[in-house]
Amino acid sequence: MLGYIAGRILQGAINIIFITVLVFILARASGDPVESFVPDEASEATIQLIRERLGLNEPLHVQYWIFFKGLLVGDLGDSKILKEPVTKLLVERLPATFSLAATAMAIAMGMALPLGVLSAVYRDTWIDRVAKIVAFLGQSSPQFWIAIMLMILFGVVLGLLPVAGRSGPSSYVLPGFTMGWFVIAGLVRLTRSSMLDVLDSDYITMARGKGLPERTVIWKHALRNAMIPVLTYSSLILGGFMNGSVIVEAVFAWPGIGRLALDAVQSRDFPVVQGVVIMVGAFFVVINLLVDVAYAIVNPRIKYSTN
Amino acid sequence: MAQTTDQPLLVAEALSWQRRLLSIGEGLRRAPLIPTIGIGLIIICALFAPWIAPFEPTKNNLMINFVPPAWHEGGSWTHALGTDKLGRDILSRIIHGTRVSLSLSIAVIFLGGTAGTIFGLASGFLGGKTDAVVQRGVEAILALPLILVALVFMSAFGTSFTNVIFILSPFVAARFARMVRGEALSIRELDYVALARVVGSPTHRIVLKHILPNVFNTVVVLSTLEVGHLILVESSLSFLGVGIPPPRPAWGLMVADGRDFIQSHYWLTLFPGFAILVSVMCLNLFGDWLRDTLDPRRRQL
Repeated sequence: MLGYIAGRILQGAINIIFITVLVFILARASGDPVESFVPDEASEATIQLIRERLGLNEPLHVQYWIFFKGLLVGDLGDSKILKEPVTKLLVERLPATFSLAATAMAIAMGMALPLGVLSAVYRDTWIDRVAKIVAFLGQSSPQFWIAIMLMILFGVVLGLLPVAGRSGPSSYVLPGFTMGWFVIAGLVRLTRSSMLDVLDSDYITMARGKGLPERTVIWKHALRNAMIPVLTYSSLILGGFMNGSVIVEAVFAWPGIGRLALDAVQSRDFPVVQGVVIMVGAFFVVINLLVDVAYAIVNPRIKYSTN
Repeated sequence: MAQTTDQPLLVAEALSWQRRLLSIGEGLRRAPLIPTIGIGLIIICALFAPWIAPFEPTKNNLMINFVPPAWHEGGSWTHALGTDKLGRDILSRIIHGTRVSLSLSIAVIFLGGTAGTIFGLASGFLGGKTDAVVQRGVEAILALPLILVALVFMSAFGTSFTNVIFILSPFVAARFARMVRGEALSIRELDYVALARVVGSPTHRIVLKHILPNVFNTVVVLSTLEVGHLILVESSLSFLGVGIPPPRPAWGLMVADGRDFIQSHYWLTLFPGFAILVSVMCLNLFGDWLRDTLDPRRRQL
């Protein structure tokens, strides 16, 4: 068990280092960092001085080490355009992204759980077919297009919901639904298959035998156990939400980190882009790690099957 | 002596290939009708776009911009799906867009799929250190946030068709490697592979002759499913402005172009996105069917 957990932690560390090396290399490839902020009329001597001060004359691996040490204490450099520390910008933007992700998760679960449970209970009936179609559409639709179609329908044609920015609770509906929609497919499928497994087990037969009403058996006894894999999966989805936030936030002008990254790309503000990537990447790795470790503790058999 | 034993083997092999081809034909007859027709249409559009499309996809004509679709007042069948802000014919751009999406996906699958299959075979069959190194790499790639990494990459190197291929290939390779490795691991343990080893077949022969043909089905299924996935990813990147650069008629780009006009000209965004949805749906349905047909064990998934 300890060996397995140590292995996962090692992999997590490798993943994070991989991301930082990748971003570091791309940052260097994006152009000479000095040229971008030194005025054209600066003399050669001034440029040399700046290079010296920024440590740009050191060999690359030393530069990377300086960059990495900065990361460890939360220093992601300064934004070139906004002239503020990237960490500060990220912290300002995170609540918007997290609250949107939470909304999306609530919407996705609210749709996927009933659909998944019903399609397992009423297997091969019309409900099952509807669930399959919903799952299929979710899997095949381009997120950015769904977002725009929702804007046209609810914003332009019906005029019911706000289509841009983060204001009241109603502004959460469209972006939350767009973000949640594309994970519904996986959630419905998983809930369905997990419910089917559980409904087959002895304790459900027992519960029925005791004469409990079918509603209690399904929604209380069966769903509780069927939820375990679904919850695991949904924590992994959170990482996906951070990545997908770029698209949803771009369309709905949502002031989160995805929007921050996209704006930074357009204004060629490289430190901000790399800050977002590193943060999201690290977030993703840490969630994966926590899920793996939690799973190994709950279910010791896992360490044999995954190795 | 050697010749007499080789001869019937060769005949049997030729027969099995013939049978294989026949069974592919037989199988296609049972393929789901609508997705198969859909994919056929996509391929035909991609191959013969210049002959099918009524107009040049990149020809501007500001005299006729924002012409509505044929069924609206002021629309005509000359521009069945209307025109965009530069007066380009939407239908023609969608037809040419199949070319962009399909050629990009095929290039990525060819590059990434080949590399991934090789890594997966090596990893699964050789095991040990090779396996450990390849698996660490695969997991590291799969842990990357794809869209954000593409954003960084494009802002460093600029957008182009080849850059999109370059950034997507490693992700596809990682998925192929993981899948093929799993298959290779289980095949490695089968008796006939042990037998081949006992009679002294060299490793490369075992891999090429006994393992590769058996992971072939997996590779085919994964390739089909990946095309749909790649169309979604590529169009998202193009939509964000970090994919295919304009004026190429990429579907994601068309939706992005129409974004500013959703108040008045919905057709700029509706049709290209619908083309993505339908294509991806056909590819996914076909891929699911193929998986069920080629590998009945996975039907439960």
